[in-house]
Amino acid sequence: MKSATWLWPISGAASLFALWWAVIVLFEVRPFIAPNPVAVVGALWTNRSLLLSNLMPTAMEALCGFFVGNFIAVTLATIFIHSATLRRMYFPVAVIFNTIPVIALSPVLILLFGVSIASKIIIAAVICLFPTLVNMIRGFESVSASELELMRVMSASRREVFFRLRLPRSLPFLFAALRIACTTSVIGAIVSEWIGTDTGIGVLIIQATFDYRTELLYAAIVTSSALALAMFGTVALLEHVFVRWRTN
Amino acid sequence: MNQEQAIELTDLEVSFERNARRITAFTGVSLRADAGRFVVLIGPSGCGKSTLLRAIADLLAVGAGKVHVFGKAPAQVREARRISFVFQDATLLPWRTVLENVRLPLEVGNWRQVGRPNRKPEDLIRLVGLAGREDALPHELSGGQRQRVSIARALVTNPDILLMDEPFGALDEITRDRLNDELLRIWRETRTTIVFVTHSLSEAAFLGQSVVVMGVNPGRIIEEIDLDARKPDNRIDRATTEFFTITSELRAILERAYGDTARS
Repeated sequence: MKSATWLWPISGAASLFALWWAVIVLFEVRPFIAPNPVAVVGALWTNRSLLLSNLMPTAMEALCGFFVGNFIAVTLATIFIHSATLRRMYFPVAVIFNTIPVIALSPVLILLFGVSIASKIIIAAVICLFPTLVNMIRGFESVSASELELMRVMSASRREVFFRLRLPRSLPFLFAALRIACTTSVIGAIVSEWIGTDTGIGVLIIQATFDYRTELLYAAIVTSSALALAMFGTVALLEHVFVRWRTN
Repeated sequence: MNQEQAIELTDLEVSFERNARRITAFTGVSLRADAGRFVVLIGPSGCGKSTLLRAIADLLAVGAGKVHVFGKAPAQVREARRISFVFQDATLLPWRTVLENVRLPLEVGNWRQVGRPNRKPEDLIRLVGLAGREDALPHELSGGQRQRVSIARALVTNPDILLMDEPFGALDEITRDRLNDELLRIWRETRTTIVFVTHSLSEAAFLGQSVVVMGVNPGRIIEEIDLDARKPDNRIDRATTEFFTITSELRAILERAYGDTARS
């Protein structure tokens, strides 16, 4: 049974690869327009050191952005649930800030911070901040009226209500947000590399496109998605460890 | 048992602000209960019986009138950790095991400063019939078992007063009867003052030494029935005509309370 559950997505993916291949062969698509799957795998192998050396800065930016963005989001959510005034003042600002396309923010940050790793981390952080902020506010507020009354009957302090009730209650919401942030922080890192820098998967994607090295372009895309997938897997694993309970 | 006054409510009124309108939950409520008594509050929805319980527990502010619990303001009694509350849903923290949930009141708030002796969580888990399930998580338990855990949690601080808000309302009848039997057994052992809110007539007739019937529009006490003479030591067999008679009498009074609703 266990193998059968694994078999379904694998055969699903395999069928799509077959379709991809079939389309390229049938319509005689030239390799620089779109390579076949085997050529991409080949490109991954032959360019492994190039891909790896460009993956490192991107992974660094994505991970730092992931931690910084989520940390700020959780901190803001904590402040907002404890102060209705601050929430009324600044949450709408956060909503409006979130409507700015991150790609438009990129040049602004480069002007402010220069072509440094800082501006790239900030972009990756900004992109994962808002979903986590919204999720964490919801998570902290997902406590029931009777849970709050229970804490009050026990004369619990606000600190205890937060650490013993709100924080554990919010964990499923946090992990839902972190899953989103895994992919968005990688997007943020790649987008930030499209302007004024010389290393990273983002740079590789742009260069490979301009040079018509299409197999390398595809290999770079696969590498960036592997990065997001690795982060996603780690988050899923941590969730499995930390959230063993279910809401009854 | 000492005849200390556990609860003394004088001309109590509680009202809420809802959609910019003031809604009176109940008004003119006066009630007295000796320490160690088992009092049941019954009435149609909206009569303010749960609100009354919350006024005693200092979970909400009262508008007019006075609440005294053991001669003190409810806030004082709550801060002295002499009150426990059992909610309609068990309100167990789902990430804590049975034992950890029962232990919670000893870890939270000012329990250490209060310095009263507590009951052993393990003993209470045995008392509510869940020995061996100490390490289970709430989602692994049935609804009845969860409510047993919440009763054990309420008792761990050795409270002087136990407030129960329709604790068995969501359970099937047989489970409810069993838990009623056990609650009385626990009450006989601890002699804690219990105020128990329900909308079940048979539950009220079975559990209460006195039954307070409340009505609506406005929420108020309609009648208070003393069952001491008819239920010696608060014992009654559900299969007797006496039990049936008490239930029928309560029904008649309660129907009057509902009658007022029908007109409005």
